[in-house]
Amino acid sequence: MINILEQRKKQIYKKGEKHFDMKCETTSLAGSVSQRACVFCGSRVVLYPIADALHLVHGPIGCAVYTWDIRGALSSGPELHRNSFSTDLNEIDVIYGGEKKLLSTLIELIERYQPKAAFVYATCIAGLIGDDVSSICKKVAGLTRIPVIPVQSEGFKGTKKDGYAAACHALFSLIGTSGNEQKVPFSINILGDFNLAGETWIIKEYYARIGINVVATMTGDGRIDDIRGANRAELNVVQCSGSMTTLAKLMQEKFQIPFIKVSYFGIEDMSEALYSVVRHFDNREIMEKTTKLVSSEIERIMPTIADYRRKLSGKNAAVYVGGAFKAFSLIKSLRHLGMNVVVAGSQTGNNDDYTLLKDLSDEGTIIVDDTNPLELSKFIQEKKVDILIGGVKERPIAYKLGLGFCDHNHERKIALAGYEGMLNFAKEVYSTIMSPVWQFRVSREGTEDI
Amino acid sequence: MLLRHTTKEVKEREALVVNPAKTCQPIGAMYAALGIHKCLPHSHGSQGCCSYHRSTLTRHYKEPVMAATSSFTEGSAVFGGQSNLVEAINNIFTVYKPDIIAVHTTCLSETIGDDVPQIVEKARIDGKIPEGKYVINASTPSYVGSHVTGFANMVKGMVNCLAENTGTKLDQINIIPGWTEPSDMREIKCLAHKMGVKIVMFPDTSDVLDAPQTGRHVFYPKGGVSIEQLKSTGNSVATIALGPVASAPAAEVLNAKCKVPCEILDLPIGIRATDRFIEKLAGIAGKIVPDAITEERGRLIDIITDMQQYFYGKKVALFGDPDQLISLAEFLKDLDMKPVHIVTGTPGKKFETSIKEILKEGVPEVNVRAAGDMYLLHQWIKNEPVDLLIGNTYGKYIARDEDIPFIRFGFPILDRIGHSYFPSVGYKGGMHLVEKILGAILDRKDRDSAEESFELVL
Repeated sequence: MINILEQRKKQIYKKGEKHFDMKCETTSLAGSVSQRACVFCGSRVVLYPIADALHLVHGPIGCAVYTWDIRGALSSGPELHRNSFSTDLNEIDVIYGGEKKLLSTLIELIERYQPKAAFVYATCIAGLIGDDVSSICKKVAGLTRIPVIPVQSEGFKGTKKDGYAAACHALFSLIGTSGNEQKVPFSINILGDFNLAGETWIIKEYYARIGINVVATMTGDGRIDDIRGANRAELNVVQCSGSMTTLAKLMQEKFQIPFIKVSYFGIEDMSEALYSVVRHFDNREIMEKTTKLVSSEIERIMPTIADYRRKLSGKNAAVYVGGAFKAFSLIKSLRHLGMNVVVAGSQTGNNDDYTLLKDLSDEGTIIVDDTNPLELSKFIQEKKVDILIGGVKERPIAYKLGLGFCDHNHERKIALAGYEGMLNFAKEVYSTIMSPVWQFRVSREGTEDI
Repeated sequence: MLLRHTTKEVKEREALVVNPAKTCQPIGAMYAALGIHKCLPHSHGSQGCCSYHRSTLTRHYKEPVMAATSSFTEGSAVFGGQSNLVEAINNIFTVYKPDIIAVHTTCLSETIGDDVPQIVEKARIDGKIPEGKYVINASTPSYVGSHVTGFANMVKGMVNCLAENTGTKLDQINIIPGWTEPSDMREIKCLAHKMGVKIVMFPDTSDVLDAPQTGRHVFYPKGGVSIEQLKSTGNSVATIALGPVASAPAAEVLNAKCKVPCEILDLPIGIRATDRFIEKLAGIAGKIVPDAITEERGRLIDIITDMQQYFYGKKVALFGDPDQLISLAEFLKDLDMKPVHIVTGTPGKKFETSIKEILKEGVPEVNVRAAGDMYLLHQWIKNEPVDLLIGNTYGKYIARDEDIPFIRFGFPILDRIGHSYFPSVGYKGGMHLVEKILGAILDRKDRDSAEESFELVL
């Protein structure tokens, strides 16, 4: 048996147990093999897809390297975001400060690449040695006449969520600076979709088909000028609420733009996303187009989904994702495929998330916050899981245990959003669970005791 | 074109890295520590560092990578990370039960000045380290050196913390394999075995990061050098350090600490470097090189003989880690190819001198740079185009934009699978490399040939 630390016991809940009091939003215990990342990571993943901006990481080399083009956030035009720029702070800079280096680096880069804006990420060291990143940014903005935005994302100053918030504040500083305040009719901003595998394009196409105008996408396939004019939209549509709700609230306050939370994963959630936008505008023509779109898309994919459902019925899935919202959609999607979610967890869910997750789950489902590989393996074994849905660090664990895996995180290469995405998802789940390789599995005994 | 901004004109840059050819120390320390049996690497810093290193190592090796973190908060940054580390040590031994924890620092804990040996001592006094268990450490500030430096420092840490000279010489030779693939470490062990030489290799990630699929998630796979073996390195006859940057520092410390003489060799990549390694190993151990190895060498020479007509004068650009590049440059020269541009991100002027020395006959005009980046390499290629590019995954942007055949070699490889299963060291590794090189060159010839000159037999 593995030991679960006393302090962690409240971060694990089995549906059916009487007392539900999930402890979450805590920092990880020192010494844990956590699957979580840091503040910088949170900021970087949110802002990175803005393709015509310069992204400069101010710190030693590592932070820039580990976030260099890893997310597969596609761009239909410029690709400046896919390069890696670092001030590569060394020992001398740590002693004497990196401000001079930052200043000359920024000026040189802006001159060479002519970006529409620059984001400067302060890492642990920048914060610690006391570099005044904000004032350097201000100075460079004055010299170069483009927005130069400091992102206070020192790794130790909180969790990944604080990084999301820092990114939201950075974006917010741009919004409303285009000089144009006129509203675009029937318009929205897409928040919290990052165009992984071209997902923003799929969603945008749906909106175009029903007559909704998209002003800015934040940040998938994002452009600085669009973001500056995002105040012209009538509604903010927020996916990935963990990362982008902060921005939606700021915009509501300053520009009186209301927001709704949606998910584009799975049949119900995708349809509900479109309908909730339409309900906001209360327009008959748009409603008709939407009804038509939804029914034609569902009609198109259902026969194939039903076919997969016959084959996958009764299989068990474990879901461990970054933000809890994704887990909701996954549970619903997997139910469409006749599957049961027997383990569900997230790195950064909050209490409301977990309450919802509990209500959505079947009896006996294990719900877990900020888990580690040891626990995860144990639950997978206990619940006879056939597929794990997670991110990069979970993949090899699933494979070692001899079960299928689907990346629903940064490294998905096949679009999983929208109706098309549901088809892709079904195909991916089916192909990995049914892979002939599992026939050669020697045994299936789960985690070894340590 | 993704790198459309790269200019042909090369201008010296002082304070700016564009598309790095290195990463930071801690990831190297983590990789080295994974080569100790039942060891849990521990990152003393923010949570993100540990997560990034695990993700990158996972992407390259396609294996579960376990490591713990001190999970620094703002409080720890202000008051020091002592309580985090002591608590971490306690939690790790309680939950994950390793035999040994290998603590490496980060830019954060280095800058706030945490004294890790002293904190570990405190943990020991407080009874947080169970009987028979170990905590070793290495100082790996991210703002000095590169990932290779971090690897070297953790290997040095193994010697510092564990090696003992008990006064009884053991009939064994230490081999430090450098930051090579698990397959390379396996091949080095295999060569020593064929020669009948008893070795202790450290670190050893074979059977850790190339573990078989068994339907079990083994938290500590069966591979890795044992703590007993590490202790015994102080009683060995000699140490062979493969790679001056990654392996020499530990070998030198072992010599100073336990009086174990050391030989610093290049990584055994290519004919000459492998010859030197085999001769040295045989010499120290007093063994004769067995026919099996001589014949393996013969097969490599035979393959190269068959291939030489295609290699002559082909220009190559290389980038990656210094120890690998030095041996590879020598090998390419022996294949009659011309390595014209060579970049490592790892700082150290000695690298440039070594490369120039190796290529002074053959490619005296070589462009070589330590502490360089991929942007510079791209500019050089624009000025003098090449027939082949060899390096890690990050070369794919240049290869695509300039339409150059590209061989993935080094760390990290994020977009292919299988590289960690085939060696590039030894004669066998040489065969594997030349097969890849010729394949890349002839695939290109087939692709580019007009139909009338597209031939079945090449």
